[in-house]
Amino acid sequence: MNIDRRHSLQPSDRLVRGLGWLGIGLGLYQLLAPRSVTRALGVEGAEALVRTCGARGVATGFGALSVNPKPALWARSAGDILDLAALLALLADRDHPKRGNVKLALVGVGACAAGHLYCARDQTRRHAYQAGRTPDYSTRSGFPQGLERARGAAARSGGLPSRPAALPSPARSPGPRLQPTASYRRDTSGYAKGSDYDY
Amino acid sequence: MKALCWHGKNDIRYETVPDPRIEDPRDAIINVSSCAICGSDLHLFHHFIPAMESGDVVGHEFMGEVMEVGAETRDLKVGDRVVVPFTITCGDCEQCRRGNFSLCERSNRNKALADKVFGHAGAGLFGYSHLTGGYAGGQAEYVRVPFADNTHVKVPDSLTDEQVLFLGDIFPTGWQAAVQCDIEPTDTVVVWGAGPVGQFCVRSAVLLGAEQVVAIDNVPERLAMAEAGGAIALNFDEESVLARLQELTQGKGPEKCIDAVGLESHVPRSIDSVYDRFKQAMMLENDRAHVLREMIYVCRPGGILSIPGVYGGLIDKVPMGPLMNKGLTVRTGQTHVKRWTDELLSLIDDGQIDPSFVVTHSAGLEQGPDMYNTFRDKQDGCVKVVLKP
Repeated sequence: MNIDRRHSLQPSDRLVRGLGWLGIGLGLYQLLAPRSVTRALGVEGAEALVRTCGARGVATGFGALSVNPKPALWARSAGDILDLAALLALLADRDHPKRGNVKLALVGVGACAAGHLYCARDQTRRHAYQAGRTPDYSTRSGFPQGLERARGAAARSGGLPSRPAALPSPARSPGPRLQPTASYRRDTSGYAKGSDYDY
Repeated sequence: MKALCWHGKNDIRYETVPDPRIEDPRDAIINVSSCAICGSDLHLFHHFIPAMESGDVVGHEFMGEVMEVGAETRDLKVGDRVVVPFTITCGDCEQCRRGNFSLCERSNRNKALADKVFGHAGAGLFGYSHLTGGYAGGQAEYVRVPFADNTHVKVPDSLTDEQVLFLGDIFPTGWQAAVQCDIEPTDTVVVWGAGPVGQFCVRSAVLLGAEQVVAIDNVPERLAMAEAGGAIALNFDEESVLARLQELTQGKGPEKCIDAVGLESHVPRSIDSVYDRFKQAMMLENDRAHVLREMIYVCRPGGILSIPGVYGGLIDKVPMGPLMNKGLTVRTGQTHVKRWTDELLSLIDDGQIDPSFVVTHSAGLEQGPDMYNTFRDKQDGCVKVVLKP
């Protein structure tokens, strides 16, 4: 797929947003009017299940609108498969009173599932975290004269003379004030966590 | 002119916008030669910073050549090569006279709005929401620089753009974070986040003489870069932060802790990160505070927490008890860029540090929107992106 590098959002990103809002809208409808859904599909009495599906739709819809929509899209795709399986089970009943509505729902859920699956795969491919080559930056010290010469170089050179004189302590020179001593080293070398001499 | 414009969450576009013009006699217009994407630009990209408007030109790390100056601009002339600090400073107000340039009292032209949110406003910033003045940013061909006499750093032609560009933000930000730690030769300095600012925190702590510097991240190439700069790498995906820091400090904890992550900290397997993500999604808090909590927990009593990472609003579950009882000192703030630039420019000029080490990607400005994605997703080893208009 060609990417237009002049825009950070590609068409599939916009589709993700559309699916996110659609999921929130349908989810709210299922949460607030579950009886109309069960009546249309001929499954009266399954309002609790419809409400659960609605809550799932709202949650994954918000997830699809977030900075990282990948988990929500994959979760939604899995949910779509469950929905399709449930609808197919209804369709298997040749005497089902609302077979026409169930077929319509199958088409709708199937289209949404295809959209979610396409977006989930595209997002996973394009926005894969830490994808691509892993370069070797182990020589990028940033110290042209070497790391050892850099250690303490600014403190040795007498601190930070360019600063206004009347500044409060956070900006004062961090030059040496406490030098490590032999006794300091010796005292801490015998450290044992939890001992009486746990200094 | 062409510029990168913000249009909403994850939506940056390369667009044509009106050319900037001199609006005040103290202005200058800069012809941008290089600009960069900052980690804090990602907070705008993710729309965690309020008061952005569709079409705002983004970017606050930039440099170039002076193209035009206002009638009252004295220190700059056409043709000067300058780096522009991201904090706009008048140079005359009480805070500027104290050297607190990021708290300039005059440069935020939306001060009334910012006062309502923050109590008292800080300085105006380039390309960083209308809370900080609504100034057009530097990811553009040209930029208007207000208070130009004070909002610039002249740089010599002998140094490349990549060597001096970061004087405008991330180098002094890392430096200030380390200076705020009052580093002593016995200190262990721990830096959370090995992104661009974290890299400069590491090198600043090394230059200022810390006994050992630890960098915490989970991106291997960033940790390798930090290690090259003198840090001990700690990959939080592979080992316990607490256990390793205890081991490195003989069980006492590090004296100095630097948060170079800010409001989008995330550790997938930590309960508090999941909690923060949920609350953020429900708009019950703005910022995720995992790093802050961890710093407060691991820091040695009497230690210092230095916070250069950007926070935008409200955070939740901050352990004030440990913070208070351990007598920790918290130092934070936007960077007083001009306070440090003379010093840092001389370090670069003397060959003590070469900030270009951090540049991993370079592209034309027109590829900027795509580079936001690359930088955000940390793809192809991306640590720092420089754009050439």
